[in-house]
Amino acid sequence: MPTKDEIFEKVRTTLVDALNLDEDDIKPTSRLKADLNAESIDFLDIVFRLERQFGVKIPREELFPESVFAGDPAYVDGGKVTPVGLDELAKQMPFADLTEFRKDPRLDKVEDLFTVDLIVNYLQKKLGG
Amino acid sequence: MRWTWIDRFTAFESRKAATAVKCLSLAEDHFADHFPGFPVMPAPLILEGLAQTGGILVGEANGFRENVVLAKMSAKFTREAYPGEQLTYTATLVDLGPTGGRVSGTVKSGDDLVAEADILFAHVGPDQLPPGVTDSKFVFTGELQALLKTAEAVAVTPAATAG
Repeated sequence: MPTKDEIFEKVRTTLVDALNLDEDDIKPTSRLKADLNAESIDFLDIVFRLERQFGVKIPREELFPESVFAGDPAYVDGGKVTPVGLDELAKQMPFADLTEFRKDPRLDKVEDLFTVDLIVNYLQKKLGG
Repeated sequence: MRWTWIDRFTAFESRKAATAVKCLSLAEDHFADHFPGFPVMPAPLILEGLAQTGGILVGEANGFRENVVLAKMSAKFTREAYPGEQLTYTATLVDLGPTGGRVSGTVKSGDDLVAEADILFAHVGPDQLPPGVTDSKFVFTGELQALLKTAEAVAVTPAATAG
């Protein structure tokens, strides 16, 4: 069973190839969009590459859910995620670190939850770590 | 506008690989401007031919039920291609999933490598159609149909290879 560091190294290699970056650009805390300039189509690319790299099937919705709130007003109010919405987010993205997000749960900040660490945590669980 | 950048398929193995050829003729309009006195095949059109070869391979894998669009590509060219040459496009399916597929491909003139590329395709559902596109099946239609027949003609089915 690979360690978290081993998984991170392989994820980093995958992101170097998918996003055309240098290894030094990629840290565990890097946000895929804001820091690594990933576009939505890159998420599809990353999933394919991770599947091959780790030999597992990754349903895209499991790793990168696209519409957690589905426009439901109970989940979002005035551009902020409601407590009910936060519970839903935690359920759908169990591998994300919501600590910072909970302090200022703005909807436009949801994409910052997609970090390198999120991928590593997901794969660690997936690989039985 | 005609937008078919391969002439016909010469090999097609479902979910595995496809090969198509494209004959470059000086009569094609783009050679007049690209470049005057020095006609070379525009690189994006070479890649379009390879993408059509690979896109049809990805589309056929799901019985052409999905709209397959080019999402991302990286390519490397090793030389120019000139009128009078026949380019051979070979696409090999690397990944295939519910959201799309990826092929790796080469473009050759005879044994000479012209370019190689990695192409990612995405499936576009009815809810993701661009503005103005009303046909929920907008990719594998029209002039592509004739091309698909050339693929069918050379297709190797698993049953045929087993025998």
